[in-house]
Amino acid sequence: MSKQEQNRAQPVHPYTIVGTPRAKVDAYAKVTGRAVYADDILLPRMLYGRILRSPHAHARILSIDTSRAKKLPGVLAIITGEDLPQKFGILPSSQDEYALAIDKVRYVGDPVVAIAALDPDILDEAIKLIQVEYELLPALMSIDEALAHPEVKINDEARIGNIHKAVSYEFGEIEAGFAEADYIREDWFYYEGNNHAPLEAHACVAQWEPNPSDPIGGKLTLWTSTQTPHYVHRELSKVLGIPQSHVRVIAPHVGGGFGGKSDPFSHEICASELSRRTGRPVKITCTREEVFLLHRGRHPVKMWIKTGVRRDGSLTAMHFRSFLDGGAYGSYGIASTYYTGALQTVTYTLPCYKFEGMRLFTNKPPCGPKRGHGTTQPRYAVEVHLDKIAFDLGIDPVELRRRNLIEPYSYTVNGLRITSCALGECLDRVVERSGWNSFHADKQIVAAGLHAENGASSAVTTVKRGMGLAASSYICGAGKPIYWNELPHSAVQIRLDRSGGVTVYCGATDIGQGSTSILAYIVAEELGIQIGRIHLQTADTALTPVDLGSYSSRVTFMAGNAAIAAARKLKEQLFQVAAERMQVSPERLYAVNDVIYDEDDPGVTLSFEHAVQFAEARFGALVAAGSYTPPEGIHGDYKGAGVGPSPAYSYSTCVAQVAVDEETGEIVVEKLWLAHDVGQSINPLLVAGQVEGGAYMGYGEAVMEQQIFRKGRHKIPSLLDYKLATTLDTPEIETILVEIPDREGPFGGKEAGQGPLNPVIPAIANAVYNAVGVRVDEVPITSDKVFKALRNQSQGKGMGLQPSPIETPSPWPTRLIKWQPEEHQSAMKRQSDHTSLQEGVL
Amino acid sequence: MRELISLQVNGERREIAVLQHHTLLEVLREDMGLIGTKHGCELGECGACTVLIDGMPVLSCLALPIEVQACDILTIEGLEQNGKLHPLQETFAELGAAQCGYCTPGMLLAGVALLRKHPHPTREQMKEYLAGNLCRCTGYTKIYEAVEVAAQRMSTGEEQPMRPEVEEYHV
Ligand code: FES
Ligand code: FES
Repeated sequence: MSKQEQNRAQPVHPYTIVGTPRAKVDAYAKVTGRAVYADDILLPRMLYGRILRSPHAHARILSIDTSRAKKLPGVLAIITGEDLPQKFGILPSSQDEYALAIDKVRYVGDPVVAIAALDPDILDEAIKLIQVEYELLPALMSIDEALAHPEVKINDEARIGNIHKAVSYEFGEIEAGFAEADYIREDWFYYEGNNHAPLEAHACVAQWEPNPSDPIGGKLTLWTSTQTPHYVHRELSKVLGIPQSHVRVIAPHVGGGFGGKSDPFSHEICASELSRRTGRPVKITCTREEVFLLHRGRHPVKMWIKTGVRRDGSLTAMHFRSFLDGGAYGSYGIASTYYTGALQTVTYTLPCYKFEGMRLFTNKPPCGPKRGHGTTQPRYAVEVHLDKIAFDLGIDPVELRRRNLIEPYSYTVNGLRITSCALGECLDRVVERSGWNSFHADKQIVAAGLHAENGASSAVTTVKRGMGLAASSYICGAGKPIYWNELPHSAVQIRLDRSGGVTVYCGATDIGQGSTSILAYIVAEELGIQIGRIHLQTADTALTPVDLGSYSSRVTFMAGNAAIAAARKLKEQLFQVAAERMQVSPERLYAVNDVIYDEDDPGVTLSFEHAVQFAEARFGALVAAGSYTPPEGIHGDYKGAGVGPSPAYSYSTCVAQVAVDEETGEIVVEKLWLAHDVGQSINPLLVAGQVEGGAYMGYGEAVMEQQIFRKGRHKIPSLLDYKLATTLDTPEIETILVEIPDREGPFGGKEAGQGPLNPVIPAIANAVYNAVGVRVDEVPITSDKVFKALRNQSQGKGMGLQPSPIETPSPWPTRLIKWQPEEHQSAMKRQSDHTSLQEGVL
Repeated sequence: MRELISLQVNGERREIAVLQHHTLLEVLREDMGLIGTKHGCELGECGACTVLIDGMPVLSCLALPIEVQACDILTIEGLEQNGKLHPLQETFAELGAAQCGYCTPGMLLAGVALLRKHPHPTREQMKEYLAGNLCRCTGYTKIYEAVEVAAQRMSTGEEQPMRPEVEEYHV
């Protein structure tokens, strides 16, 4: 029996709840139809609202006439841009959106007018009666067009032309790094971007409750399908001019988000304003088409990489450029721009690294964060690029990666602190499970055999199999909040009731990943109680302490640590009274399954309920709070260092097996093996679910999802035309969880929600090459592109299908920031406080 | 204009005044308060609104109530019988087949119909049968597993919940 098998047979950790698969706490509500989502909320006297959106990609608004609609019986309120003139946006540095357009519309779908009426049928009529007069402006629909036409200014946030943000960094000495290389390769890649397509469309219900005795006039409650109630709370208050103290945002059950519900949205603000004006609750449910239009999906990114390697495959330098097509507004775009460059250093050791990134405004739906936020596109590019280098050098692609693995508990060249890292283990496991070595050995034999027979065998098929591999890493929560301040990123409050009930309060938002369940498991483990007695209150800004939201894969790590901190405080109180009752010292106590035991004499016990009652009698009401703030010293001290740092990184590897028809270009992804370094799974069932879901989503992005526009419009804004993987498409997915606990993670846990998506796309791309010997350096890799690439190759027109390069602006439109890691590290040793850290990235 | 019709939903016959052009989805959710039935497109493209009509999965966003007055309509609310969950509901919960849960009501009803047609479905049969129901969260793997375990339980009448093989995932 190998050491690993022994580990498998014997659970190595001492936990009773953590690490064991079990149903989610809300699983039974979900399988019985009892779980209430935003659109399920029906309030007395509720009105329905809808938004009239721009039919033009770029136009000046000359006039809006709502008079006929207003006269329609059953229409109760109509608002336009001037009713909500305050700009907003998720990032403090990108306050560029209006709830309803003022003067100009910038993409097809830009909100223009909002209406509230008695029912949706009246809305249908009313919308038709509104007349908006537009003067058309030229629309820029691509990165190249945005660069070529600086005179067409889409968004005033752009300082030069349509360049929203440009960044430029050099870490270490890049020229010296390339000088050390034996081989240098350059490549261009394009990632087309896509929508999150959560199954539940965005929806919200707003309820204004007037209170004439309050100078503010009343209070607002908004139930909304969001991943970030905290930020919706902030922005609602700002645009409506109602203090945050008078606004309550609640996320009910959320039907999937994947990043698409992380922004504050126009429909949320409009529903609230319409409710304030009518004094009645207002519901706005977006249509599927609107979900494609309000978007915030994955940015289309064109990328250029140049990498230097030694003959043995060790990396000496990397220079990476990204051009992001941001769509019409900022959203998270500044952070996305940084993310396209920040994590290249976290997977493989780079002695020096140069990164230039640029985000452009175009007249398309605004892009934002999607699962893997900004790191998915460069990860695809880097992993394919490295694969090419491996082939150029004649090194096994697994070996090339192995030679460059980042060291656990180290710092990267751009100053990021690495803690636990099981990337090597993930590589080993995925190679072993997928039969990588034998697959490639067999393939060589077959290739050699065919060669010998000169391809004369009648059994020759046009379908060729291939296997590809890729690795990646991801953050376990952003190390810096969106608004830089000293406040905790997450907090949990726990109340113990004399009945034995335990209520856990936390702002964390369950979007299906199971964050509410994770809170319950962690509190139950720490207090030694059964999960069943726990009540959960989450994602309600009036009841729950702030958790920043379900983005950047932060919740298990941050809310988990906060929950442990809160539970420990209560446990201390319980053990203090229990120790007296049981007449032993508190150090000898442990709690499991609702009972407190004496370690030395397990016959001496006290029930949890009794301990709670004794403790309440002694201390008064039993309430404790815990919070979590990421540690300092996890990033460099340059401007822009706030994107990329995280208290820990997860690692993933993927092997894809594909079958490609050489005649038609048809790709079938047959199987994905995915190994994920999760530190310690709190519930392995949920972790595996995240891995499988991530693999599925990555698969769809890799081969089918297209974000295409025609005449300024999204060409396929429906679930029929926009291809999403069904049961018939989705390959078999084999999950391998690698558990090497992180020192700072809750029970050693790390993220699983986003990381596992990243290696899937390049693994599939590399597998296609392995199958048919052509490269399609563009995602999605659709059959027609493979077909074209094969044709190009057979006609002697290069190696496949490469995107056209972008003419690089010279000089790069921002100042280069040079940063030396050694200087920083010695400076960090000298001064233990980090007051010199520069703020203001976001 | 509203018209008075009668619908048999989850074993209960009810008279209800509906707008003629409203779909079964709208009538179930808005007029009857059966909000367990979800919608992801209202254009027949996602399967979230699946209900069973005379045992067959039907997209309620494409069905007109007037046409199904003589039929037996089953929604997610009716799957539980006298407080007892259908085995597929149990396995969906136990095996993590519901993440965000938004596809779940439709997926469960399609799954129940599948099990009726193929009491021991192969993976291929499952894929074929469930192809109209999108799930954006799970990658379908856990859904197949839940169907398999439910099929087993239904044939053996086994009550004891079967736990997933945790070792499967581990190093
Ligand atoms: S809502 Fe009926 S199929 Fe999507
Ligand atoms: S569980 Fe979220 S769509 Fe299926």
